[in-house]
Amino acid sequence: MASRKTLHPNRDSEDKYSILLPTYNERENLPLIVWLLVKYFGESGYNYEVIIIDDGSPDGTLEVAEQLQKIYGEDKILLRPRAKKLGLGTAYIHGIKHATGNFVIIMDADLSHHPKFIPEFIEKQKEGDYDLVSGTRYKGNGGVYGWDLRRKLISRGANFLTQVLLRPGASDLTGSFRLYKKEVLESLVERCVSKGYVFQMEMIVRARQLNYTIGEVPISFVDRVYGESKLGGNEIVSFVKGLITLFATT
Amino acid sequence: MTKLVEWLFGVSVVVAAWALVSFDLLDLSLPQTYREVAWPMPLYLLVSFGCYSLATVGYRVATFNDCDEAAKELQGQIKEAKEDLRKKGLKM
Ligand SMILES: Nc1nc2c(ncn2[C@@H]2O[C@H](COP(=O)(O)OP(=O)(O)OP(=O)(O)O)[C@@H](O)[C@H]2O)c(=O)[nH]1
Ligand SMILES: [Mg+2]
Repeated sequence: MASRKTLHPNRDSEDKYSILLPTYNERENLPLIVWLLVKYFGESGYNYEVIIIDDGSPDGTLEVAEQLQKIYGEDKILLRPRAKKLGLGTAYIHGIKHATGNFVIIMDADLSHHPKFIPEFIEKQKEGDYDLVSGTRYKGNGGVYGWDLRRKLISRGANFLTQVLLRPGASDLTGSFRLYKKEVLESLVERCVSKGYVFQMEMIVRARQLNYTIGEVPISFVDRVYGESKLGGNEIVSFVKGLITLFATT
Repeated sequence: MTKLVEWLFGVSVVVAAWALVSFDLLDLSLPQTYREVAWPMPLYLLVSFGCYSLATVGYRVATFNDCDEAAKELQGQIKEAKEDLRKKGLKM
């Protein structure tokens, strides 16, 4: 019995973690991220499910997801596809509806968010009974890989400006690697109106406004290896617009 | 109270205090030196804040961690995952 406990240290916990994976053209990344999720959840023993929300990717992501479901089981891998590309914000809303865990983890499926940090998120959450735990590239051992000086400068500059104007009480606002209590996520998602990039920022700013507690875990962010970036060119414009909107409304 | 209102409030307080001293609005007959110090104060504040911002952002860019180890680890795991998934029957 004792040895069994050490093998699966957290198996008896009543908590369940639902991981939302929104995908659009992630055929190459999806199997890898799922494999890593299974690996780290297997090692840490927490109860979990992976919910894949594919928006009709033309590259056949859904077929790969179906194969993964066969390999890892229908209780672990849930497919909740939508017919066409409806955006990231609504993909989360769609996913939450089907989540059976009392905690929800949101992450990108492009391998820039590594599942190895999830056990740290969970420990952090338990440590302070936080309402949400956010990964941060800007603190402690956190960082990035594959960014040139220009991108670092824009990122740090934008972050500084946001910190000064909004004082949000969290160091990484645009990151989207986070763990939420399910009911907290539901209430936040309901209130957030922004699209795309700014959505993550609004989520954490509103969280602070509603007096939810926020924990942070440093993460390393490795730029996507496979596939194309979906959020192109006017990222800066939409960031500034979003910042002004949040400045005036929160 | 939105952040915008907070900021407007803060700025008004500072501007009011500055105007009070610089133009001696309340006829407190403050010594001339007070007024001379207060008058250019907003400019000094702005310039020092600008310097602080540049220094902070510069320092943070310079010390932004490059996670080479993490990238290497991921590359290794990708290989491992691909092999394992192939064994499990995944057709990519
Ligand atoms: N379901 C769904 N998923 C999406 C949609 N747009 C993006 N995604 C997924 O959301 C995650 C984040 O999108 P990314 O394109 O990586 O955005 P990003 O991280 O800001 O940009 P890059 O990493 O530089 O490509 C990825 O897993 C995408 O596959 C969408 O419209 N619907
Ligand atoms: Mg990405």
